[in-house]
Amino acid sequence: MWFYEKKLQYPVRVSTCNPTLAKFLIEQYGGADGELAAALRYLNQRYTIPDKVIGLLTDIGTEEFAHLEMIATMVYKLTKDATPEQLKAAGLGDHYADHDKALFYHNAAGVPFTAAYIQAKGDPIADLYEDIAAEEKARATYQWIINMSDDPDLNDGLRFLREREIIHSQRFREAVEILKEEQGKKKIF
Amino acid sequence: MNKFLRTYHPYVSPFDPCKPILEKTYSTPPNLFMGFQPPNLPQFSPQEALRAGTLWKAFYDPWFNPFEKPKRGETS
Repeated sequence: MWFYEKKLQYPVRVSTCNPTLAKFLIEQYGGADGELAAALRYLNQRYTIPDKVIGLLTDIGTEEFAHLEMIATMVYKLTKDATPEQLKAAGLGDHYADHDKALFYHNAAGVPFTAAYIQAKGDPIADLYEDIAAEEKARATYQWIINMSDDPDLNDGLRFLREREIIHSQRFREAVEILKEEQGKKKIF
Repeated sequence: MNKFLRTYHPYVSPFDPCKPILEKTYSTPPNLFMGFQPPNLPQFSPQEALRAGTLWKAFYDPWFNPFEKPKRGETS
């Protein structure tokens, strides 16, 4: 069960009307290494992983939904007052034709989200290594979006999200250490 | 330069069509070096931590667009 707190994890501020940035940001919404893929991956892996790390997957999977909500807010703010002409100029004409200004789970190139982006192998180490890789890929994606954005307010929020990827990667790495630990440790019964 | 950035120098051909980038950089964030987090690491204040995105100073590694001006007391 979840409790919903009606506020964003980090304030989202956007200083310029820039629908082109929304087109890039949607990568983190419905892309292969986006927040939706991350949340669904972690929450789904929880059932077949040792008890010790289930809580970690719950916590991080939940936080990914909070990040998804931030990305949605950013995209919405960047596009809500744009004219169809502006959207067309920003390369969002295809999106507008299909969705108006509604958000949709697809990547920056318009490819719709698919469960094939994520995996649940049932092997704890394989799954955690995939999670670590996913965090590093999301971190890199944030870097490239920040590099293309000249909006300091938006970049402030993106920097926060990138830092969270670093922390999540660290915690998954620690989860691997916890699962490795049993061996070589002297157990006293 | 940021201690979490590394550089390498790709091969440059005399026939490259674009102006070659002589030095490429990539990020090696702090989580690669820590292993299991040891106890009693220095912390940010709660207010700073909410802004930084982490409680732990050792994990703080912000990324800046090279063309972007820092704002509101941020430092790289």
